[in-house]
Amino acid sequence: MKWLRRLLLLIAILVLLLVGWLFFGGGHQPTSPAMSKVTAATLHDPALIARGGYLVKVGDCAGCHTAQGGAAFAGGRLLATPFGNIPVPNITPDRDTGLGDWSFEDFWQALHAGKGRHGELLYPAFSYTSYTKVTHDDALAMFAYLQSLPAVHQTSRPLMLDFPYSVRNSVAAWRALYFKEGVFQPDPQQTAQWNRGAYLVQGLGHCNECHAARDSLGGTPQDMHLTGGQIPLQNWYAPDLSTRRNGGLHGWSEQDIVDLLKTGQSAKGTAFGPMADVVAGSTQHMSDDDLRAVATYLGSLPARPPAAEEPSPFNANSLVQQGEKIYTQHCADCHGKDGNGVAGIYPPLDGNSSVTEPSGINATRAVLLGGFAPLTAANPRPYSMPPFAQQLSDAEVAAVVSYIRGSWTNKAAVVPERDVSKDRQTPID
Amino acid sequence: MNTNTKLRPATPIVAVALLAAAMLIAAAARAADAPKIPDTLQQRIAACTTCHGVHGEGTPGSGYFPRLAGKPAAYLARQMQDFQNGLRKYAPMEYTVRQLSPAYMQEIAEYFAAQQVPYSRSPLPPVSAATLQRGEQLVSKGDPASRIPACASCHGNQLTGVQPSTPGLVGLPYDYLSAQLGSWRTHTRGTVAPDCMAVIANRLSDSDITAVAAALASRQLPADTHAQAAGSVTPPLPCGVLGATGDGT
Repeated sequence: MKWLRRLLLLIAILVLLLVGWLFFGGGHQPTSPAMSKVTAATLHDPALIARGGYLVKVGDCAGCHTAQGGAAFAGGRLLATPFGNIPVPNITPDRDTGLGDWSFEDFWQALHAGKGRHGELLYPAFSYTSYTKVTHDDALAMFAYLQSLPAVHQTSRPLMLDFPYSVRNSVAAWRALYFKEGVFQPDPQQTAQWNRGAYLVQGLGHCNECHAARDSLGGTPQDMHLTGGQIPLQNWYAPDLSTRRNGGLHGWSEQDIVDLLKTGQSAKGTAFGPMADVVAGSTQHMSDDDLRAVATYLGSLPARPPAAEEPSPFNANSLVQQGEKIYTQHCADCHGKDGNGVAGIYPPLDGNSSVTEPSGINATRAVLLGGFAPLTAANPRPYSMPPFAQQLSDAEVAAVVSYIRGSWTNKAAVVPERDVSKDRQTPID
Repeated sequence: MNTNTKLRPATPIVAVALLAAAMLIAAAARAADAPKIPDTLQQRIAACTTCHGVHGEGTPGSGYFPRLAGKPAAYLARQMQDFQNGLRKYAPMEYTVRQLSPAYMQEIAEYFAAQQVPYSRSPLPPVSAATLQRGEQLVSKGDPASRIPACASCHGNQLTGVQPSTPGLVGLPYDYLSAQLGSWRTHTRGTVAPDCMAVIANRLSDSDITAVAAALASRQLPADTHAQAAGSVTPPLPCGVLGATGDGT
């Protein structure tokens, strides 16, 4: 059977290459800034630059395009994907290593169509699957802002993708499956606020890039919209953003959503892991109107049926009893015996979608890593949770997480000890 | 039937009253259940104190987490910054401090710098008398032939550190000390250039690292464990953290 699988793989690769070649044969000449329809005067307009700065924050461009300890927007961060590492490019206006020689036409082609300056297909680690919905005007403002940044000379590293993904034209097949080019079209049946929220969430906010499961080719099927999913390699679970019970935003008011995005905390939960970075770097800077629009849109997502209440695969009684003891000893002082937390300080665990998400990763890693709530203008001196990695064994973490996931109104499956031991080994990024 | 009719109007009132009472009791119980959280920095930094101790005393028993108490504040703030920037590598620390603002890190650094707690001893590996002697030589005199300055030439006569940026070395566990010297050589600990400690660590042999870590960890504590006054030493090497002062090579 092995030879058959290999043969099929080989055929698949050849088909990918052929399709890639057919869809994308020749090159493409970049538009030089001098030939651009957008004048330099337009790009220097302070009002446009300011609007672009805001939009670049909404899109959290700096989140990926800045390396740890590196200059903002100068790239250099390695984005780990299951297909290999992708170094994030420099988007400062440096002529040799950044976007200094780019015209707006080149930028639009990248953001909207997912193609580089020379027409080469971009890898979708750059989330053009979402950015294609950004309007021409907004893209122009973003480009004006990026061009106004100080130029940083920092050469981007070459791609480190595995074969066959290293063949750039293989992206053509991927695009045929997962990419639909097109600016966001407002729904006339909905309010302007709803449409603004949908535009931000689906487009620049690129929420779906984490909050939906990816399949084995790293794509998100079209019907998977904000249904929640595990972030590949980072191994955090981005919860379902619909109002689903037991794992979604059930019971969240619009104000709760606004609070979380603005301050990092809400009456329903606190952002942590990668979302803490999103809040600190992006959403806390969003205007109240935009946050309310996002909340309106998320609140309107179809309430999917409650996640299955999974029966325990083994008799979990003793595990849960042990978990309750650990909870009383280590957790109840802050999160309360009733799992309600302390308003404004410690998040509730009862009904918390990061506790009840299907994988159990978030609760497990939160126990292992602890950490501070997001640092925001509204919460400049956040409280923190102790990391328990040193204090609790895998079995103890499994017990207390299983207890939390099944207590009060929570009805999520137990977490086995082997999962904790795996999560303990996950690199922290 | 008759009785029923008479009772009927009263029932909802009683039910409402009972329900209201129950809700009040439940609300009161819930309020009482909610933990009382003090608004103190110490409470806010539980993520730090769980390993480094409530007063920054470290974990002498386990031998790894370093003491923070009494170290100069600028040194401690610098370390958090270095973890943030990835100059100093230790994933749990990088994760914990990654978002903290300079102001908050300064406040946390000052908290630990102000703590005064007794020092305690950490376990030492068995080392020979000769090793300890070599270590003691490096600590107090250095090794001019290998261009290794004495620890005391920067970290103070009593190795209690120097304000504002040089940490004390007394009372640190052997495991922590040897791991730090090793990590300067493997580029998992660094700081702003010129990184004088990286230069020195690379001049130490493996056995020197064992010797100096053992000698430091076994040293008697001085009567006064406070860091020396700022400007009281002239570093033999240029150090970025000290404003690149120092005249040696």
